[in-house]
Amino acid sequence: MTEQAFIELDRVEKVFDVRKKTGFMKRERRQVRAVDSISFGVARGEMVGYIGPNGAGKSTTIKMLTGILTPSGGRLRVAGIDPSRERTRLAHRIGVVFGQRTTLWWDLPLIDSYKLMHRMYRIPDARYAENLDRCVELLELGALLDVPVRQLSLGQRMRGDIAAALLHDPEVLYLDEPTIGLDVISKAKVREFLRELNAERGTTVLLTTHDLQDIEQLCSRVMVIDHGRLMYDGPLTGLHEAGESERTLVVDLERELPPIEVPDARVVKVEGPRQWLAFPASESAAPLVARIAAEYPMVDLSVREPDIEAVIAKMYAEQAEKAAS
Amino acid sequence: MTLRHPGDGELPRWREGLRAYGLIAAMWIRSSMAYRASFVITVVGNLLVTGLDFVTILLMFSQVHSLGGWSLPEVAFLYGLSATAFGISDLVLGSMDVLGARIRDGSFDTLLVRPAPVLAQIGADRFALRRLGRITQGGLVLGYALLHIDVNWTVGKLLLVPMMLICGAAIFGALFVVGAAFQILAQDAAEVQNAFTYGGNTLLSYPPAVFGKDFVRGVTFMLPLAFVNWVPASYVLGRPYPLDLPAGAAFASPLVALAFCALAGLAWRAGLKSYRSTGS
Repeated sequence: MTEQAFIELDRVEKVFDVRKKTGFMKRERRQVRAVDSISFGVARGEMVGYIGPNGAGKSTTIKMLTGILTPSGGRLRVAGIDPSRERTRLAHRIGVVFGQRTTLWWDLPLIDSYKLMHRMYRIPDARYAENLDRCVELLELGALLDVPVRQLSLGQRMRGDIAAALLHDPEVLYLDEPTIGLDVISKAKVREFLRELNAERGTTVLLTTHDLQDIEQLCSRVMVIDHGRLMYDGPLTGLHEAGESERTLVVDLERELPPIEVPDARVVKVEGPRQWLAFPASESAAPLVARIAAEYPMVDLSVREPDIEAVIAKMYAEQAEKAAS
Repeated sequence: MTLRHPGDGELPRWREGLRAYGLIAAMWIRSSMAYRASFVITVVGNLLVTGLDFVTILLMFSQVHSLGGWSLPEVAFLYGLSATAFGISDLVLGSMDVLGARIRDGSFDTLLVRPAPVLAQIGADRFALRRLGRITQGGLVLGYALLHIDVNWTVGKLLLVPMMLICGAAIFGALFVVGAAFQILAQDAAEVQNAFTYGGNTLLSYPPAVFGKDFVRGVTFMLPLAFVNWVPASYVLGRPYPLDLPAGAAFASPLVALAFCALAGLAWRAGLKSYRSTGS
């Protein structure tokens, strides 16, 4: 039996008409391709990261997958449903979390929003109670249920939002920047919860993020989008290779010294006693640190992961080179 | 084997909408009832503030005996009908003026991912029973007017009174919806909408004779506000219609209301469609 992809995009496009004022009563119309012929499939139970710089078309894609926006072209199916045509039917089967805004009722206690979801989605009582208990326990919401949403901290609100998106047992969960603005502990809680959700319930998860760690810790597959086009689709390790990205070792020396000289790493910046060294992301930092520690008076060090922007920038440069040659 | 999913056996859209409206409104009522004293105070406050409109009319009548040839009970009749009808639609759809703000801050999107019609969700948002204050004062003035107007009541005239309230509420309601559709296109147009809804209500508190003829024409044929009270009330009071309309016009309000609601529905759909194809 061959199961069709659960989420399916075939040459999906979204073109916006942008009108710009160019003078008194004069307007210039310009078309912006926010999503430019994107095709991919996501199998049931997959957990996929969808990344790219600001304005790349991530949110537009999510909005088309939820039925908020209607595609300008191409074919799009989620669970066999065309989102823009059967928006309310699809709504029963998907959960959506927008990192930057809440789906909860702002002025009312958290529990009121949940009670309303219960009725609005027609969730069977036993199922609702079970799901709510589970979310309250794992997301530590117990003390927050009677607090009006507007009084919650960003991290608390995010956990509240995630719970709200899951009460009706959605088959797919879309998360648009779920960890944006969260502190380290909140981020860890959210990630842990999502991992368990995916492992235990087999919920398909598609998340957009700026945080490469979200992807590293959660997703076996990552898609990179930029300027509305799919640049990369595969495992995260492949992304590092594709971008041939580098990690950075920041070394604090006892005093100002000339740039450190070690094989497999090059100094990219020196600022007083602090030096920045770039080394391939695929290499371990341990031998490098050992060598520097042996040869230089090192006080402190830290390793910085490559950020998405840097990786994508590199991918671009390489594509341009290929095109030129 | 075909799996059944929730949402497959949906009710017709209008029933789904009414259901969602009821659920959301009930939630807001429960939350406002949590502070009963505060609730009573806001209802009374709303009653007094909206009642000031009628005080304005009373002040005018302390100086003159008639407005455009209409006596105080007759003007009170107009006022009571319009205020009550508007009060009903304001209670049901008065929250629609936040739509532009919700589009600007992006929270409109969250309405689109819920399994209920957007119109019901936005209409029921912040449902406030304090708006009963407006209906109450409108009803009181209407009661006063009914006791004091000099009318030879017939069955037709008796039926016209509740009909005016129902059709009037429907016409104002349609105006709220058209305004909301307009707000999707022009995102900070809440004040334009309010000019037509709240402004329309104020306008209808005065006899048509005090306005210019072209203005009355606009209010009759462009926005069918004249069918809320001016035309049927003229019939009840035995006065000539504004604009020499045909004799049956007093009974045309249900048709006018129905047509205007249908038009508002189309406008709303077009607005929503334009949002979903252009985004914010």
